[in-house]
Amino acid sequence: MSGILVVLEDREGRIGRISWEAVAAALQLSSFARQPVHAALLGADTSTVAAAVAAKAVDGVVRVEHPLLQSYTSDGYTHALEQLIRARQPDFVVFPHTYQVRDFTPALAARFGQSLIGDVTSIADGPLFTRQLMQGRLTGTYRHNGSGPCFVSVQSGAFRSDSVTTGTAPVESFTPSLEAAQIRTRPGAPFRAAAQTVDLGSAQLIVSVGRGIKEADNLPLVQDLAAALGAELAASRPICDNGWLPMERQVGSSGQTVAPKVYIAIGISGAIQHLVGMKASQCIVAINKDPDAPIFEVADYGIVGDLFEVVPALTAAIKAAKQ
Amino acid sequence: MKIVVAIKQVPERDAPVRIDAAGRWIEEADLQWALNESDAYALEEALQLKELHGGEVVVLSAGPERVGSTIREALAKGADRAIHIDCEDLGQRDALGVARLLATAIQPEDPDLVLTGLQSDDLGYGQTGVILAELLNLPHASLILHVEKSDTGITVKRELEEGWFQNIDLPLPAALTIQSGGAKLRYATLMGIKRAKTKEVRRIAAAELSAPPEAAVVLDRIALPQKQKITQVLSGSAQEAAAALVEKLKFEVHAL
Ligand SMILES: Cc1cc2nc3c(=O)[nH]c(=O)nc-3n(C[C@H](O)[C@H](O)[C@H](O)COP(=O)(O)OP(=O)(O)OC[C@H]3O[C@@H](n4cnc5c(N)ncnc54)[C@H](O)[C@@H]3O)c2cc1C
Ligand SMILES: Nc1ncnc2c1ncn2[C@@H]1O[C@H](COP(=O)(O)O)[C@@H](O)[C@H]1O
Repeated sequence: MSGILVVLEDREGRIGRISWEAVAAALQLSSFARQPVHAALLGADTSTVAAAVAAKAVDGVVRVEHPLLQSYTSDGYTHALEQLIRARQPDFVVFPHTYQVRDFTPALAARFGQSLIGDVTSIADGPLFTRQLMQGRLTGTYRHNGSGPCFVSVQSGAFRSDSVTTGTAPVESFTPSLEAAQIRTRPGAPFRAAAQTVDLGSAQLIVSVGRGIKEADNLPLVQDLAAALGAELAASRPICDNGWLPMERQVGSSGQTVAPKVYIAIGISGAIQHLVGMKASQCIVAINKDPDAPIFEVADYGIVGDLFEVVPALTAAIKAAKQ
Repeated sequence: MKIVVAIKQVPERDAPVRIDAAGRWIEEADLQWALNESDAYALEEALQLKELHGGEVVVLSAGPERVGSTIREALAKGADRAIHIDCEDLGQRDALGVARLLATAIQPEDPDLVLTGLQSDDLGYGQTGVILAELLNLPHASLILHVEKSDTGITVKRELEEGWFQNIDLPLPAALTIQSGGAKLRYATLMGIKRAKTKEVRRIAAAELSAPPEAAVVLDRIALPQKQKITQVLSGSAQEAAAALVEKLKFEVHAL
């Protein structure tokens, strides 16, 4: 057993940024584990993306191809990768932590008697893997115990895709044996919800509200602030889950990605799924009563306090400043 | 439809977290506990399916004595009965270890549908439901917002990234992990709370289900996160902090 296998994901013939980040993580792991890195691609025909990966500083590229891998299914991917891993026996298998990876890697790891170390944010010598706990309020350091491949997935944005340098890697093929009857689910084509009527993506100023607001009846508090600022109103997921604001105002991994000049997060804890949607904002302001809330890890300005006192004061101060 | 819903008890959201002396987990002594958020949606989906198609909803939870209160809450909302796997050493088990316990308890129930939450709010592995599918040899789908019965099984609505969705057809029996927001959560009624007291809660000792396993993955230590940015904290009264922020937005950020 040896080697690091990194499994990449492509969408419409392109390798996504998070997959390059997974390559970066695999290369970092290889600097501790001193093992070669091979990249695997799955599909019916992976020639284009395989060529793109072969032009990077990896030790090899494996094209895992079969007509039944044309579109993603958990069963198809699990069977194919199980065969590849049994054949190559890597020590580590690294994935980007995407929705697709969430959908099948825990089952794949279980086939090897393993648990995935998921959503990893950093890797240190040992190797030791760090990931978030308690929705980002704590971090935990994990290690792999014993024999068998160690399965790892890496969090979006945690490793630098631009650290992957160029190279020329040999490309090989692997044909898994798959039968149509092994694939038990029938996925439909992706679709979007009804047309969006608000464009948060181009907003310059955003006031965003989270569960700290407690009740729908309290929303006018933040609506007033948004109006005084001339800002768009946005929200974290629970606000939209509860139906207090429409889903099109949700910021985060399953909502919109925004990058305004100023993003004011009010009563939002700062879970990673929220942060990925707003951390590119030029200036982040956090108002939260908990000084240890993870939102302060990315905030430029912070007010630690009760939003029911701070927000009205801020609205008044802005109105005064604008006169 | 017979539906098993795996529910986990987790620390209350606003509960203060303090790292314990060994640095391996948090102080549990004065924590408040609650039903994991996505599990509440899994339970809701199960109850709505039962209302439409009949059948039975069985909730299943592994954990120490205290998880009894969360089980009662689920029964009060309308679950028919419960299985409580008595387990004092959850912390020593990795995701596979916990899933093995749950799977062994689910097997004899032979349900049409196994539902879990998408992810636990404390450990956040996001794995248990998918592993259960593997251990029980069931087809599965994850991040599900809605379930509809079809002629051949079920059609589910799956969340994808950035506001996209997808429908998936599955035969039954199947396992699903449920995402939050797909349905409106119900509250327990007074009647429900009363009825819950008479409902069956079967307790099984973890040791009867599987030997304490050798975990493949070990949580060595926990810590407070490191800051990525230096936050300028604006202190003082609400009015002072607000005034200071307006100054910053005006003169440093040039946004006003
Ligand atoms: C697959 C997946 C996808 C997801 N997608 C998204 C997404 O797109 N967008 C998203 O936002 N989330 C998403 N989530 C959910 C995410 O993990 C968090 O659960 C969510 O962001 C938490 O929202 P919140 O910060 O509003 O609530 P909480 O985490 O409950 O935080 C509330 C905050 O308010 C503070 N507070 C309470 N009262 C007051 C007060 N009086 N004054 C000041 N502060 C107060 C508290 O200290 C706390 O920090 C997703 C989760 C998963 C698993
Ligand atoms: N101890 C447990 N008892 C019952 N269900 C659990 C337990 N741990 C996890 N689950 C279920 O598995 C889901 C995912 O948990 P996790 O894989 O830890 O993120 C949870 O939302 C629960 O539905």
